[in-house]
Amino acid sequence: MTEETKPFEPVIIGFTCNWCSYRAADLAGTARMKYAPNVRLIRLMCSGRLDPTFVFRAFAGGADAVLVSGCHPGDCHYSTQNYKALRRFLLMKRVLNQMGIESGRLKLLWASAAEGQIFANEITKFVEEVRLLGPLNWNTTGVNIPAEVAKEEVTA
Amino acid sequence: MSKPKFAMYWAASCGGCEIAVLNIHEKILDVDAAFDVVFWPVAMDAKYKDVEAMQDGEITLCLFNGGMRNDENEHIAKLLRRKSKIMVAFGSCACEGCIPGLANFSSIQDMVDTAFTTITTDNPDNIRPVSSYAMPEGNITIPTLNPMLKTLDQVVDVDYYMPGCPPESHQITAVVDLVIAALNGKAELPAKGATIGAGNSTVCDECPRKRNVKTIKEFRRIQFTTTDPELCLLEQGIPCNGVATRSGCNARCPSAAAQCIGCYGPAEGVVDYGARLISAFASVIDSDSPEEIDKILDGLVDPAGQFYRFNLAGSLLRASKLAQKG
Repeated sequence: MTEETKPFEPVIIGFTCNWCSYRAADLAGTARMKYAPNVRLIRLMCSGRLDPTFVFRAFAGGADAVLVSGCHPGDCHYSTQNYKALRRFLLMKRVLNQMGIESGRLKLLWASAAEGQIFANEITKFVEEVRLLGPLNWNTTGVNIPAEVAKEEVTA
Repeated sequence: MSKPKFAMYWAASCGGCEIAVLNIHEKILDVDAAFDVVFWPVAMDAKYKDVEAMQDGEITLCLFNGGMRNDENEHIAKLLRRKSKIMVAFGSCACEGCIPGLANFSSIQDMVDTAFTTITTDNPDNIRPVSSYAMPEGNITIPTLNPMLKTLDQVVDVDYYMPGCPPESHQITAVVDLVIAALNGKAELPAKGATIGAGNSTVCDECPRKRNVKTIKEFRRIQFTTTDPELCLLEQGIPCNGVATRSGCNARCPSAAAQCIGCYGPAEGVVDYGARLISAFASVIDSDSPEEIDKILDGLVDPAGQFYRFNLAGSLLRASKLAQKG
């Protein structure tokens, strides 16, 4: 394919928690479920550890979207910290909106350790949504994130 | 022996920093005794060409205030950087953009329209500034606006940062004393890149108000409410920025029943001032239901303005999409 006809491959940074959502991703992997390879996952101990700075740095550094993922409400390993993540997510969305970053570029996903399939499906769905939004191309010098996405399936 | 040379310059700023320097009262005589003031447009007559004629590094101390709004600001910033041994980003505008940096929320077109068409402007012919204009006598030019306001350190290398809008007089006095002592070999200057004339903690640490556990059910605007004079403002639902703001002002605003608006910039270790405040404000909201949280957040009428009033140009995102497009 030529440069022009190549579909836009969004770069998405995903923050997962150690106890639920990262294990969901792990389950998706061990079960060989297929999902879009555009998300680079970063594991935190808890979604409550998510400092909004991480999200802003991701956008400033070239990410097209950010995924925040944690345990379902009521299931947090640290009892209530995912509610904190929820509140930060809702406030961040408002601020990003004022900055001209569409709310569709920030997604919150609850996934338990058993929900590998849900995690995989939601990521594929999110990638398609961001693809429609197009590249963000944030005009700042920040951390450089390689734009090229791995296209080949890697054998486990 | 000739005295060390001192310069002060204003780029995109309001002039408050200059007033703050004069506001150190009789201490200004010490500045005059210790330094030869060679360039200070607000206080004395000196031309750019006088600075251009100087040797590189000839000026010992340059206090630079103001953001980089146009190419003249950048030109003088680069010139003074070359001519100065110690370059201090003086005041919030130079450090982090400050109020002029709020234009980074809008496109440059909107900014110019606001300046030249709104009700306070008498402009019947709807004239806009152009950077170059042909007159019979020849081309005349004015500086070209940058689409995004930049901070001083986004344009030149900065040795020290001195925050505040404006920096408090007692802090300026302390810095003047330190620099004079250092010149006489009686003190050491801090490491390059340090923040001077401010504390290393947060405004909350200096605030005399009582603090308990913060849990709030609504945000309230301070002008529409009466507050308890003893209790932490954030605990009363007043969006006070003290938690993320650098100490150094003796918590002036909260002590006078006004919320901290963040003019001393990010506290030590804070990468993005607004992000830290988002984190803090979201943490104190007392609700777990998305609908109720959204209702509580409606009480913050302009979150980005609240969190980035002084810091937009110096933040990670720097400017809105509109400003980036020019």
